[in-house]
Amino acid sequence: MKKTKQIRIDPLTRVEGEGVLYVKIDAGKVSDIKFKIIEPPRFFEALLRGRLFREAPDITARICGICPVAYQTSAVQAMEHALGVVVDGQLRLLRRVLYCGEWIESHLLHIFMLHAPDFLGYPDAMHMAKDHPEIVKRALELKKAGNTIIKFLGGREIHPVNVRVGGFYRVPTRQEFAPLLDTLKWARDATLQAVQWTGQLPFPDFVQDYEFVSLHHPTEYPIMGERLISNRGLDIATSAYEAHFREEQVPYSTALHSTLIGRGSYLTGPLARYNLNFARLSPLAQQAAHDAGLEPTCKNPFKSIIVRAVEVLYAFDEAVRLIEQYERPDPPALSMRPRAATGMAITEAPRGILYQRYQLDDEGRILTAKIVPPTAQNQRMVQEDLWQCVAQGLDMPEDALLHRCEQTIRNYDPCISCSTHFLRLHIERS
Amino acid sequence: MTNPEVLLIGVGNEYCGDDGAGLAVVRALKTRKLPPAVRLLEAEMCDGASLLSLWRAQSQVILIDAVSSGAPAGTIYRFDALAQPLPANLCFRSTHGFGVADALALAYTLNQIPFALLVYAIEGQNFTAHIGLSPEVEKAVQVASEQICQMVSLWCTQDMPASLMDGE
Repeated sequence: MKKTKQIRIDPLTRVEGEGVLYVKIDAGKVSDIKFKIIEPPRFFEALLRGRLFREAPDITARICGICPVAYQTSAVQAMEHALGVVVDGQLRLLRRVLYCGEWIESHLLHIFMLHAPDFLGYPDAMHMAKDHPEIVKRALELKKAGNTIIKFLGGREIHPVNVRVGGFYRVPTRQEFAPLLDTLKWARDATLQAVQWTGQLPFPDFVQDYEFVSLHHPTEYPIMGERLISNRGLDIATSAYEAHFREEQVPYSTALHSTLIGRGSYLTGPLARYNLNFARLSPLAQQAAHDAGLEPTCKNPFKSIIVRAVEVLYAFDEAVRLIEQYERPDPPALSMRPRAATGMAITEAPRGILYQRYQLDDEGRILTAKIVPPTAQNQRMVQEDLWQCVAQGLDMPEDALLHRCEQTIRNYDPCISCSTHFLRLHIERS
Repeated sequence: MTNPEVLLIGVGNEYCGDDGAGLAVVRALKTRKLPPAVRLLEAEMCDGASLLSLWRAQSQVILIDAVSSGAPAGTIYRFDALAQPLPANLCFRSTHGFGVADALALAYTLNQIPFALLVYAIEGQNFTAHIGLSPEVEKAVQVASEQICQMVSLWCTQDMPASLMDGE
């Protein structure tokens, strides 16, 4: 007797875009999974056409509320690539410090407000905060320290306006950095406890054989960089991205699946960065990872939560290291002449590699724009993880399976639709 | 309480249509003459958790955001968020799942609430990626900013009324 079960998880009105998960089970085996959580930023690609190259950071910053710095940095680096300018030295240092602030803010929000409740069986962070107020308060204080970096260097309370192609509108003096430095040193110490806390969470047994993809740099744990590597032999210039990666329209929805040409799905984000660049972490971060129970290699996506905590610690550590060697650059930005050219860049957003490419005319106006967010690139990998998750969980009660699916999706810290009850379960049996 | 800080926070994303309603209200208020104690803040798409760090215990806060509840476009909701929990059918839109309602619930749990917290929620209709407000939302923005302007002026010229709603 054939038993077919369909699980369809419908979008909620509370999320932007649609979050859809459809699972079909035939005779006790998963026969189909369809998954989509993100719309590609086509509106912004269209909006950018006709604008001057200088406007790109301000427009792209509005693509994502939690990672505007990532979008701005990929944008300005792509423009600089097109116009033949290299921003190095102290200006690059400041960019790295600013980006550390964003990693801190984004990761802490995800770890404590969105993901940790899953591991401890709470429906949301509010319930977790009732039982663990000190943990949540500390997380918010650390998050505020990250916000202080962005406010200080980015120039505005919530939304950075100080970033421009070529550098910044204003750069601080060494003395102005002093109070921030004190805050970051405190925060660095306080984060050690947070890393340890994540290491003690209960983790499902789950292993996937990922192809990890991340930026690579000769000396730095990657935030910006010129090379893109994987654990299966990929080693290319970032400018060659489109020759190796392809976006495929999925027939059943407007979702895009990003693939490594000739190979298939891949994973980008903290777990990929960690696996490919462990040796580039600071000694403090490496030790904390070890103490939290992480090996230099980790293929359990649920342990991404520990990796994010390690990256927060690294970001504080790195920001302190950079600020201590800072000397005020002059001028605050490099100048450049517009020209007809194409430029591209990749930076490591909190969620993974963010690719942008711009084609400019001879006045520096944008003719075409291409933006590939990390969540879009991970979409296919999430679907594969869900396949394994459902296959392992066929004997679980429906509620527990739903919860495990949500937790699996949240391993990727996906942009758009990560609310507590992200997936509403509809069961159809035939 | 004399000379408290009055904080008007508009939340939203102007590139997602009616989701920009909160920002539009704050921008309308920037053109008005307001008492010096009033601070205006455009919190563009910030995650809810960041909201908690914007106010102090002695702040009087008015938060303005767009919502999706199924009501007619341009409907204006007003809540004293310290007197009652926000209705569950009100969906404050958020790209990262930690929006205004979650932030307020957390503020309560952690006792990080301001002295006063009024929430204005404007019902949006079209949240797809584009710039511009629906006509009904545009009207609601004008009505809301007028009300807030009057209320805030009253707050700053007399002692805090027993109920926040006395200001209209």
